[in-house]
Amino acid sequence: MSCCSPALDLAENEGRVLGADLRGEELKHAGRLGADGTVTYVFSVPAIHCGACIAAVEDALGPLPGVVSARVNLTLRRLTVVLAPESAPSGTTPLRLVETLERLGYPATPVDLGDLDQLARERESGKLLLALGIAGFAAANVMLLSVSVWSGADEATRDLFHLISALIAVPAVAISGQVFFRSAFVALRAGRLNMDVPISLALLLSLGLSLYESLSGGAEAYFDAAVTLTFFLLVGRYLDQLMRERARSAVLGIARLAAKGATRIVDGEPVLVPIDEVEAGMHLRVPAGERMPVDARVLAGASDLDRSLVTGESEPVAAGPGLRIEAGVLNLTGPLDVEALSGAKDSFLAEMTAMMEAAEQGRGAYVRIADRMARLYAPAVHLLAAAAFLGWLVATGGDWYQAVTVAIAVLIVTCPCALGLAVPVVHVIGASRLFQAGILMKDGSALERLAEIDTVLFDKTGTLTTGTPRLARTDFLSDQESAAARALAARSHHPASRAIRAGLEAVAEPDLEAVREVAGSGVEAMIAGRRARLGRPGWVAEIAAPEGRHVDGGLGDGIEDERPRGGKGHVAFAFEGAPTVSFSLDEAVRQGAAPALAALRDAVLSVEVLSGDGEAPVGRLAGMLDIERAACRQSPADKIARIRTLQAEGHQVLMVGDGLNDAPSLAAGNVSMAPASACDAGRLAADFVFTRENLAAVPFAFDVAKRAKALVRTNFALAILYNAVAVPLAMAGLVTPLVAAIAMSASSILVVANSLRLTRGGHTVRSADVEDQTAALAPGAVKAPRTERLEIAA
Amino acid sequence: MTALVFLVPIALFLGLLGLVAFFWALKSGQYEDVDGAAWRALQDEETPRGEAAGRSGNQDRL
Repeated sequence: MSCCSPALDLAENEGRVLGADLRGEELKHAGRLGADGTVTYVFSVPAIHCGACIAAVEDALGPLPGVVSARVNLTLRRLTVVLAPESAPSGTTPLRLVETLERLGYPATPVDLGDLDQLARERESGKLLLALGIAGFAAANVMLLSVSVWSGADEATRDLFHLISALIAVPAVAISGQVFFRSAFVALRAGRLNMDVPISLALLLSLGLSLYESLSGGAEAYFDAAVTLTFFLLVGRYLDQLMRERARSAVLGIARLAAKGATRIVDGEPVLVPIDEVEAGMHLRVPAGERMPVDARVLAGASDLDRSLVTGESEPVAAGPGLRIEAGVLNLTGPLDVEALSGAKDSFLAEMTAMMEAAEQGRGAYVRIADRMARLYAPAVHLLAAAAFLGWLVATGGDWYQAVTVAIAVLIVTCPCALGLAVPVVHVIGASRLFQAGILMKDGSALERLAEIDTVLFDKTGTLTTGTPRLARTDFLSDQESAAARALAARSHHPASRAIRAGLEAVAEPDLEAVREVAGSGVEAMIAGRRARLGRPGWVAEIAAPEGRHVDGGLGDGIEDERPRGGKGHVAFAFEGAPTVSFSLDEAVRQGAAPALAALRDAVLSVEVLSGDGEAPVGRLAGMLDIERAACRQSPADKIARIRTLQAEGHQVLMVGDGLNDAPSLAAGNVSMAPASACDAGRLAADFVFTRENLAAVPFAFDVAKRAKALVRTNFALAILYNAVAVPLAMAGLVTPLVAAIAMSASSILVVANSLRLTRGGHTVRSADVEDQTAALAPGAVKAPRTERLEIAA
Repeated sequence: MTALVFLVPIALFLGLLGLVAFFWALKSGQYEDVDGAAWRALQDEETPRGEAAGRSGNQDRL
């Protein structure tokens, strides 16, 4: 219960104040108007993970005015809030909900209700659960009757019990078995065999034979076998389906808060237009804190741009008239008037999407291990049954009844209950293990593919590093200067300001007057009658005393920026007429990166870095993390080319990346991972998304995958062993309904029990590493969650 | 053996009752948030959480 404490300190929200109005507008569109005027919002809140979180969130939101109900779904990490009709006085806005949640340490993003509806429509697990319920009911009751028959019910009673069994089993199989019949039918029509063909055959034949038996007063009926078969197989199917749906909805949950529109300037007046209607040549205005809706050229204004998600460059770039900017680039400090160079459909974003799709096709269809088994197994089963039938026909001199009975017994006994459970049970347990560690799995086969890898490729910015700069040195500041610098830093979106604010000790801040942000230069304000500036050293020097003292931080343990003074890695601060203080910034290495890479190397994987950033920062990082192969200035096409080369050499590649420039390579890798801070395209392309900061998630997932693979193997071995014993018995005609029931149940239970071993032991240390993050992630660590999301417009 | 005449129907009826109860639980959304329900059972509260407004149930939280 104590795994998460209520919020201790307030998330620092100042930086977002500017964008708040805009965000509020966007958030309003995320709701759905009910018939009674109430508005329902669904938020994804990945940080919720225990009962205390439920209480904290619901108790905080429930009392807000205008909140009709607030309910957490812990399974899906989701929060549904119903707000009273908007006309209600002093009502709560959705923005206030999000801000309240953020203050508590639960960053939330609204879920697109349209996507949610689609998900609900595609939901199969409900139907499967229903089928499972029916099959379970039938199995229990038929088994009850069968036990009486096996324990010696005689003539009339036995026939009566058989008939009652038939009345239960036939409708139950007809309803519950549809999943298998349909899939078998589809496969047969396409001229293929899958596992469902022998299953359907066994179900239908055993029911048919049993009906004939019970109507003709025979002693042996396989009703119990038919229904328990359906039941066990459905358990496997249900788990499989459940996992897929959970994974899909989890991804939906961390999806976007997108710029759905752009501000167009018509006759000097700003007009909001939907992003689809943006065309080349339009004049747009992009405020600070927003992303470029399309590719554009700057007409007027000055600002700094964060291109890290787009190109992998960690340094903000100054923007002035004439500069060409890709769609998706974040505008940091000042509004820009731009001319659109493309429509939404052929922007840089759309280009990346096209590249991603192409890469995905190139990946080739991965055949899941269960399907590979089915390809071998299904023909073998049919051959065995046919052989048994012919063999007995010849041996008995044409006794059709005996031959058919034995052939059906073979089909029932070989029916892949254990095989059907072997993979899904392991994968469900593996996925929930990963989920607990904050790793979302999007595809069932991802765990299988992850276990095969021998090479790991990392992106740099945002993956191995946090993507945000960090203050390397804070020495030589008087308390007064420190407080003033921190107060000034609060007024800007610029990552450098945020880093300085986060890096300086929190102290009582002086009041600021006449604050202004000069795009491309910095922030200026009057503090107690003195002018103070924080920003580009040249600009700060204008007001500072001529002889400044410089703090050349050079000893931080991060990747330092050793550019000449005046470069963007340096920020200066000064009071008017006072000496200059300069800060040097470095890029923070993601938490747990070094141990994670060491763990991967221990697992005999080769590790490489592919970065879009320049040579110096990549080289420094590679040296620090002891990575032998590091490539810099990689375009998205270069990254794909590298992956293809490795694949051609027979390597299985795991790609870990976050940026838009990584999205195509994420799709190209055999398997891929992305941090939750990645752009939408990256998260959509990745097979795994890790929601906690720590890079330990990568070796942890690999470890789980490998253990899962080992368990799947032993499961298959158990199933084959079982068949090796049961099939000869069945072919010899020794399998009675009793033997079949015991053998089938025993093998299924054995396989499930074996799979459960994944929940325990093996890697407690590393799992603790990952889980430690829970505590850290709760309130303080999420100081600057990236809330600006990027959407692929196509 | 005459006992079977009512024992078998009773057994089937009870089984069906369970099945109907399961359908009801499924339909009323009780399988929507299994993890959450497990936690909620441990929280003491006077009013059902979610509909409650203005109640602070934090005493049990460490």
